[in-house]
Amino acid sequence: MTYIGIIITFVFINNFILTQFLGLCPFIGVSKNVESAVGMGFAVTFVMSIAALATWAIQNFILIPLNIEFLQTITFILMIAALVQFVEMFIQKSSPSLYKALGIYLPLITTNCAVLGIALIAVRSEYNAIESFVAGLAAGLGFLLAILLMSTIREKLDAEWVPRPLRGTPIAFITGGLMALAFMAFDKALLNNLIG
Amino acid sequence: MVYRVLYAFLSVGALGGLLGLALAYAAKIFAVKKDKRIEEVEGVLPGINCGACGYPGCSGYAEGIVTEDAEITLCSPGGADVAGRIGEIMGQEVDLSIEKMVAQVHCRGTKETSTMKYKYEGIQDCNAMHTSFGGDKTCPHGCLGLGSCIKVCPVDAIVKTEYGYLDIDKEKCIACGKCLDVCPTGVIKMIPYSAEQIVACNSIDKGGAVRKYCSVGCIGCKMCEKKSPEGGFKVENFLASIDYNAEGSRAEAVEVCPAKCIIDLDVAD
Repeated sequence: MTYIGIIITFVFINNFILTQFLGLCPFIGVSKNVESAVGMGFAVTFVMSIAALATWAIQNFILIPLNIEFLQTITFILMIAALVQFVEMFIQKSSPSLYKALGIYLPLITTNCAVLGIALIAVRSEYNAIESFVAGLAAGLGFLLAILLMSTIREKLDAEWVPRPLRGTPIAFITGGLMALAFMAFDKALLNNLIG
Repeated sequence: MVYRVLYAFLSVGALGGLLGLALAYAAKIFAVKKDKRIEEVEGVLPGINCGACGYPGCSGYAEGIVTEDAEITLCSPGGADVAGRIGEIMGQEVDLSIEKMVAQVHCRGTKETSTMKYKYEGIQDCNAMHTSFGGDKTCPHGCLGLGSCIKVCPVDAIVKTEYGYLDIDKEKCIACGKCLDVCPTGVIKMIPYSAEQIVACNSIDKGGAVRKYCSVGCIGCKMCEKKSPEGGFKVENFLASIDYNAEGSRAEAVEVCPAKCIIDLDVAD
């Protein structure tokens, strides 16, 4: 598959949040305002693209040569945890306000199934190093797109009249569901039309 | 087989070790200086993360105090004691005379005392019921009794009594205000910890209307104002309220109230 094919696949057709339903925790938790949502999106994008590349290296240079592929999950999580820790330090140093806004969701990227998901999917699809990186980047951008759309909608919703029992998280769930329905329009046929 | 175990052990160990070293190095580069007082203040705070101060949890408030000069008296669960100790850490004088406030349900209406509009069989949640014609009680201002406040109370201070109304234990209440926010009728109000009596009614309807739908509702007869002039009673919008700054006796009013809605809290049941 070409790189463009990979990008379209992971941003639209297999959007991690709206189609595969991975990584929903920050999608609801940090989408209350655009600024922190974008920060979260870029943090996840960074972790996902680096994690996809690093786990590719682990898979091909450690696990396969030593015939210990059963350690996939634990080594991948180890790698992701270290990356997240690094991102956390970096954000705390460079932007304390963003660090504050992301709060508990930042260390929780470690257990974000979207990150482990892209690592496992890239390995299963037998991508090479660059393809893995591009897949991670595209999946991260897909996450960014979804959380950005969600946060702009939620900022508008704050100003709208919403029935009291639905205010806050419930209306966000409904919104997310409708967005997921909309993303069903992106399917394999679209990919074939675009790049043959 | 043995080699595989060894490889597994060594590779995970080496990977972990390397990443650990890299992180330790990164931690040195990206070290952020933190004010030591933040930790000290956080240690003094109760640590129940109720959010009454308006900050996200106790650590957020501790940071707010140290870095943004937030008021140090905002922690209502901790009260004067905690405020005093924070004052020591921050080197500030604190006015410790503020009295602790507690929440109380200002309604004692039950299914026996009040008339019902309809039979509710929906979700057992006050806000859900309130969307259907303001609840099943004819009275639109009273306690709906499904206990949404019980669910949000972080310290389990609210109980449903055997008589069917809700009561708040003032010893447990930390005045976080969560029940006030969740209650759709606004029947939960703050009173001073030392308050001995409340007007257990929230209805601002005229006396005749209240009498039709509730036998323990305030009808605005002003008997309390007359009988206990020193007690701080005031009737407005057909509903009596108490000014707790008034020091006078309120026993007479409790005695004469025709609807028996002015009650002594310790003998409420």
